[in-house]
Formats: sequence, C-alpha cells, structure tokens
Amino acid sequence: MSRQGEALQEGRTDTGSPVLEAVGLSRAFGPVEVLSDVSVAFRAGEVHAIVGENGAGKSTLMKILSGHLTPTRGIMRLDSADVAFRGPVDAERRGIVLVHQEIMLAPDLTIAENMFLGRELRRGLMVDDRAMNARAADAMRVYGVDVDVTVPVQQLSIAQRQLAQIARALSVPHRVAIFDEPTASLTPVETFALLELIRGLKANGVAVLYISHRLEEVKAIADVVTVLRDGKRVTTQPAAQLQPLDVARLMVGRDLLDLYPPRPPAPAGEPSFAVAHFGAEGFAEGVGFSVRPGEILGFSGLVGAGRTELFEALFGLRRGGGEIRVDGVAQRWPNARAGMRAGAVYLTEDRKSKGLLLEEAMALNLTLAALDRFRRGPLVDRAKEARALDDAIRRFDIRVGDKTMLAGQMSGGNQQKLLLAKMMQLDPKIIVIDEPTRGVDIGAKQQIYRFIAALAAEGRSVIVISSEMAELIGLCHRIIVMRGGRVVGEVSGEAMTEDAIVVLATGVDKLLHEAHS
Amino acid sequence: MTHTAHETAVAAKPRIKIGAIAPMLALALLCGLGALANPRFLGLDNITNVLARSTFIATIAVGQTLVICGGGLDLSVGAMAAFVSGLMILFLNSGWIDNPTLLIIAAITLSLGVGALCGLFNGLTTTVGKIEPFIVTLGTMGIFRALLTWLAQGGSITIRNSDVRAAYRQVYFGDLFGLPYPVLVIIGVAVVGAFILYSTAYGRRVRAVGSNEDVARYSGINVARVRTVTYVLQGLCVAIAVIVYVPRLSSASSATGLGWELTAITAVVVGGTRLKGGVGRIWGTIAGALILEVIGNIMLLSSVVSEYLIGAVQGAIIIIAMLAQRGMSRGR
Repeated sequence: MSRQGEALQEGRTDTGSPVLEAVGLSRAFGPVEVLSDVSVAFRAGEVHAIVGENGAGKSTLMKILSGHLTPTRGIMRLDSADVAFRGPVDAERRGIVLVHQEIMLAPDLTIAENMFLGRELRRGLMVDDRAMNARAADAMRVYGVDVDVTVPVQQLSIAQRQLAQIARALSVPHRVAIFDEPTASLTPVETFALLELIRGLKANGVAVLYISHRLEEVKAIADVVTVLRDGKRVTTQPAAQLQPLDVARLMVGRDLLDLYPPRPPAPAGEPSFAVAHFGAEGFAEGVGFSVRPGEILGFSGLVGAGRTELFEALFGLRRGGGEIRVDGVAQRWPNARAGMRAGAVYLTEDRKSKGLLLEEAMALNLTLAALDRFRRGPLVDRAKEARALDDAIRRFDIRVGDKTMLAGQMSGGNQQKLLLAKMMQLDPKIIVIDEPTRGVDIGAKQQIYRFIAALAAEGRSVIVISSEMAELIGLCHRIIVMRGGRVVGEVSGEAMTEDAIVVLATGVDKLLHEAHS
Repeated sequence: MTHTAHETAVAAKPRIKIGAIAPMLALALLCGLGALANPRFLGLDNITNVLARSTFIATIAVGQTLVICGGGLDLSVGAMAAFVSGLMILFLNSGWIDNPTLLIIAAITLSLGVGALCGLFNGLTTTVGKIEPFIVTLGTMGIFRALLTWLAQGGSITIRNSDVRAAYRQVYFGDLFGLPYPVLVIIGVAVVGAFILYSTAYGRRVRAVGSNEDVARYSGINVARVRTVTYVLQGLCVAIAVIVYVPRLSSASSATGLGWELTAITAVVVGGTRLKGGVGRIWGTIAGALILEVIGNIMLLSSVVSEYLIGAVQGAIIIIAMLAQRGMSRGR
C-alpha cells in the first residue's frame, strides 16, 4: 500500500489540513453504542462521501458533526482547534450546515416563508415579502425547479420540498455542508441539478459531506469515500480507487451475489388485471394497462408524473375513476377494502405515515389489513396472530431482536418487509408495490427483490412503481413510463435501458446526454 | 443468507408500563392522604358514597375513552345526559304502562335508544359530514341542553308518581350482596369497555383509526364506520349514566349534567388516554374518575383547603397528570 493509501486508512489525507476533523468519536444510546471510535477528516474543496447500511452510524456521525448530538467520547477539531458545539445553531454559526434527510418545513407556510424562517428580511417593522419571494425564487431556480415560491409547502411534491429544504440550509454562510441522503426522493433530472450544485460548492472551497445509499451517485461526485459498518469506520479511500461493487461489499461485509434475482420468462395468457381510461383527479388521466399472472410490471417516471396518485385513485384512496377489470370482471373500488375483496392490494410508498402504525407492535401491524381472518367471533385470535407473526418473520426474514418491538423502532428494510408481510396476509392475486426499496439498505434490498420475484413465481401479478430505474430494469418484464399524468410509452426485453426510460420520462433527448456526460 | 447487523431492541424485556398503572398509584396515594386527613375517609359508608357518586362520570368517561382513543371528542355528553334524563322522566310520567317495574324497564330501554341515536347523530355528522368533532359536539351540546330546557319550560321535570319513584330509587340506593348497584354499573361498564377496546377486532380498529387514520384507510378499514360506532357507544354510556342518575334525584333540570363533559374528559386524560387518539386506557379512566371524586371528598372531610377550591385542585391535577405523562414519555 502506498504511503498515501496508509494515511487514508487512518482517516487522513496528505493534502492540506482539514477544516473539520472527528477524532475517536463514539456515541452510545443507553447501553447500545451506535458509533465507536470513528476518526475522519474533511477538507475544503473536497466531497467526502459517507456510506454504510442503515444502522451503520452515518446519521449519528452527521448529527454529532452538526451539533445535534454530543459524542459520548472523542473530540472534534475545527481548523485544527478543539471544538464542542453547544447545539445546531452554534455549529451553523461556525459555518457547518446540515441538510436533513427528513423534511422539516412548516407545511402551512410558503417556500419563501420557510426559507427565511427565523431570519426574515424586514423593511421597517414589516417583513419584506417581495424581497424574500424574489430571493427564494432565485434559489429554487438554481436547482432546476420552477415553482411558485408563494404556495404553501404542503402543496409541493416531496421532491420539491426536499429542494426547498436544501435551498434553505444553504442560504446561510457555510464552510462545511452536510447532505444526508439528499436525493432519496429526487428524480434523475433533479439529482443531476443537485450534483452540479455540489460541484459548485466544491469549487468554492466548501467541504462537502455526502451521505447516500446510491453508490452510482457517490462515484459520480465523491473525491473520498468513508465506509461505516456497525458503527465503526471500515475504510477511507479516494473514490477513484473504489468501484461501486467494492463499496457495496465493504458496506455489507460480505460478497454480494447478483443484486437482482434471475428473471423468469415473461408469462403469456390472459391479463388478470386490466385498467382502461383511468384518471386521478388533477394528477393522471386516460391511463390504461394490463398485467398477467406471474408478470412483474414496472411503472417508471419522474417524481410528479402521477404514478402514485394513479394507483391511489385506483384503490379508492383518492378521487378518480375509470375502468378496472379483474379476470375480466368489471370492478368498482370506492375504498381500499373493495380492492382487497377482489384480491388486489396497494403497498404505499409512504411506509411511515400511511403504511404502518409506528407506535404499535409488529403483530398488530401485521394483521391490521386482514383482521377479519384473525377473528374468532368478535375477538382477535391472539394465538393465530402470534403464529402468523412467527411465519412472517421467517418468510420475510424480518430481523428484530424482540417481537414486541414497535414498528417505528425498526429499520427501513424491516419496515418494508413487515408492510409486505402485512399485505400478504390477505393472500392477494394482484400486488402493487410503490417504491419498494426507498430508504432500504442494500442487503435488505436484495432480499426484497427476491420476495417480489417469488410472488410473481407463485402466479401473482406484481406491479412495481419505482424512481430507481436500475431496479425496474433488473426486476421487471415490462416497464410503463408515465409523464405528466399520462402513459407515454412502454419498454420491454432488450429495450429496457435507462436511456430509453429517461427519454420517455422527460420527453427531452438533450437532458439524457447531459445527465450521462 | 447471513446478515451482520441484527437490530437490537431498545427494551427487550416485557415491561410493566408505568403509564398504565400511574393513575392507580396516584389513586392509592390519595386514599392514603385521605385516611390521614380524616379517619372517616376509609369508612365503608364514605367509600360507598364516593363510588356511587362517581358512577355518572366514570360511566360517561368510559365511552369518552373509546371516542378519544378513536381520534374523536364528545363535548355534548353532559347536555345529552340532561336531555335523555328529561325524556326518560317524561316517559315515566306518561304512565303508559301501569306496572311500575315494566314502566321503568320500558323507560330504560327508551333511554338507551335515545342515547344511541344522539351518539349516532354526533358520529355521522363528524364522519360523513367531515366536520371537526369539537365543533359538531359543541353544536349538539347547545341543542341537547336547549331541548331539555324547552321540555322543562325552564324549570325542572320530576317523577310525579310516588310508586314509580319508590320502585326506581332502588337502582341508585339498592345493593346486591352489599355491593350498591352503581358500583356494579361502574364495574360492568368498565369490563365491557375494556373487553371491546382490548380484545375485539373492533377495538383494535378503533386504536388504529385514532393512531393514524391514513394507515387505517390504506389497510382497508372503514374509518367512518369505526368512528361513528364509538360515538354510538358513548351515547349508550351516557344513557347508562342517566339510568343510574335519574333515581337519585328523581328530577332533571337545565342544571343536570352541567360540566360533566369536561369532568369526563379530565378523567380520561388523567387516566392516561392520549388526547390525540390511538391509546385508550379504560381502567386508567376509572381511576381518573375516582381520583377526581376522592379529591372533592377529601376536601369536604378535611378543613385544610376550602371546599370552594375543589375545581382549582381538579384543574391542577389534570395539568400535573399531563406533565407526569410528558416526563414519562421522555424518560423512555
């Protein structure tokens, strides 16, 4: 190993002194140590990616570095001087800003109001809305988003909120910018704009810390990569020396087999589920498609293309209407229950606020949708429920130390597995899964892909909605692409490429070339 | 497949939830204080008196626990109690049936029916009409109260027939093997309420709807129906309270049940039920209702604090209970 390589192994680089340095940071919550003895150095003009599975300690490290948490052991150095932050505001005043993973904007305030919250521009006694709106609009334009900054945040899509949050965080003077999964809900185009922005920060000498699950992005943007596993630093290396597969291996601590399961041949035969002329009020219209038993059908499109809204309307969860047929029989689904009776389920993309009761135990969540199958007279059959939980834990490999754990305490991967198990209690023939691997670490991702393939192999029809094109391509027999609330095309077989999907999803050839250059 | 990062549960051992037994502990502590303040406090007469007097609030509060657990609120219960009382006494006075016992049974049935209908109206207006329960029940509170006042023509309605009055008195003042009927009513209503909330599929749906309406909807639960039924059950609880209340004074006026809604909600909250829904504690509610009654009782029996300050002490109790809950949920 070269000298530089050795230095990197110790978390140092030889080029220039670091702006911010973590020395032997540890953090325990009760008896559980979630971060142990982590030392990393961050330099000006350098993008430093922190990768690791969920629970590896990334977010804890970021929270310590941004003053949201105090370490139980270890110190931090800012410009080579020891420093202890008294809180996030203190850290921010010293030029360290954190872009949160969760969206923390007041939903009833406008983008501009949120962006200047707590530091409003004034003209005399009055707030200067005109100036704030103008500056907010400029800031949003930088991210390639053309939105009206005077609408309440709750009317924005998740991606737009995310960008508003980034704009807000970066509107204070900063030397160190920490991004915690900034692209989790962004489309390729928005991601591209964000990566450009980060390159700009880098050119201006900002030290950028970048946390992401998306290894392709890390490869595209990072100069240095630090891998965390089980709260410990595994390695720090120049990004150029690492291939995404190496990083994945370091993260998981074992060799990854193929991420995607082998694809069974596309089934022939009559469709089990056919939709025609379907619309979701204000989001989608004139949509038609069909899916066969044993088939995995993908739905791709940019965030805001109306995919989620379309399926929510199909399942009676929002306003909309059109023709639905199951095995040729016309259906009318005014609520989710009606779809369930016909053997169709929808797994929401929003696990935390629409999928699971976070403050309840696993068993209650598991049987909630199929409670009638767990009844003995008016009573809940707890013994049957306990058996179903054991089965689900085994079948879907839900990893929890304790079966009485609350759903909210589980990792994203385990929550997704629990949600899948919950809907499988209904033994559905048609399964729509929205963003099956959002916020899920790579190990659990691989498993979820296998579960999806297994469901199809059992002769069920599976529809996967995803913003990750790679996973649709790896998993599906066919992919339908939506744009602006309409189906704009379908690809299958060899034609399923990211390029082809991006062209359809954006409707612009040019963007494709930029995004890949 | 092997996996290295197993999740560690924050608390692995099944633990006794302090939040669930805190109201009982507080009640025991209060009783200890009561015994110190006045030895008569623990006398059988006094205990029976306290229990009987708390029946109305405890019974109504069990229904309120279900409503609040399901994410609703019912401010109309006090006025509803007055309205149902008035109708019941008018029916008793109508003398449609000669046999006093049969007449009373018919009146009880009528009360339950009217209570259920009042609850149904509250429930449908909030769920189908999609109006905040606070507003709906604030409205019906005014309506029920005014209907009673109108029925009583501004005065009071009293059971006229002395035979009926004598026969019905037993329901409040009588006992079974030494246990007064009102105490049996509290136990019965609480057992049924706890059974509904903790053991039935319906109770679980109530918790789900109160905990997160969206999750319930996406799970195929008929949110409107589940919630409407909580109001109907609340109406039945009010009717049961009325059935025990009417024989006590044999009369109803516009002052009947005044402020019961707030006392009942206080009992529910002191008992550990979460005001925004999802967590309901029936036995905590019973303890809460007893705590409120015991405080009043101790203040009457002892001369340390003026009995005119009962309301202030009860108000302080609710705030202390909330602070304690907050402290416990942080401490976890």
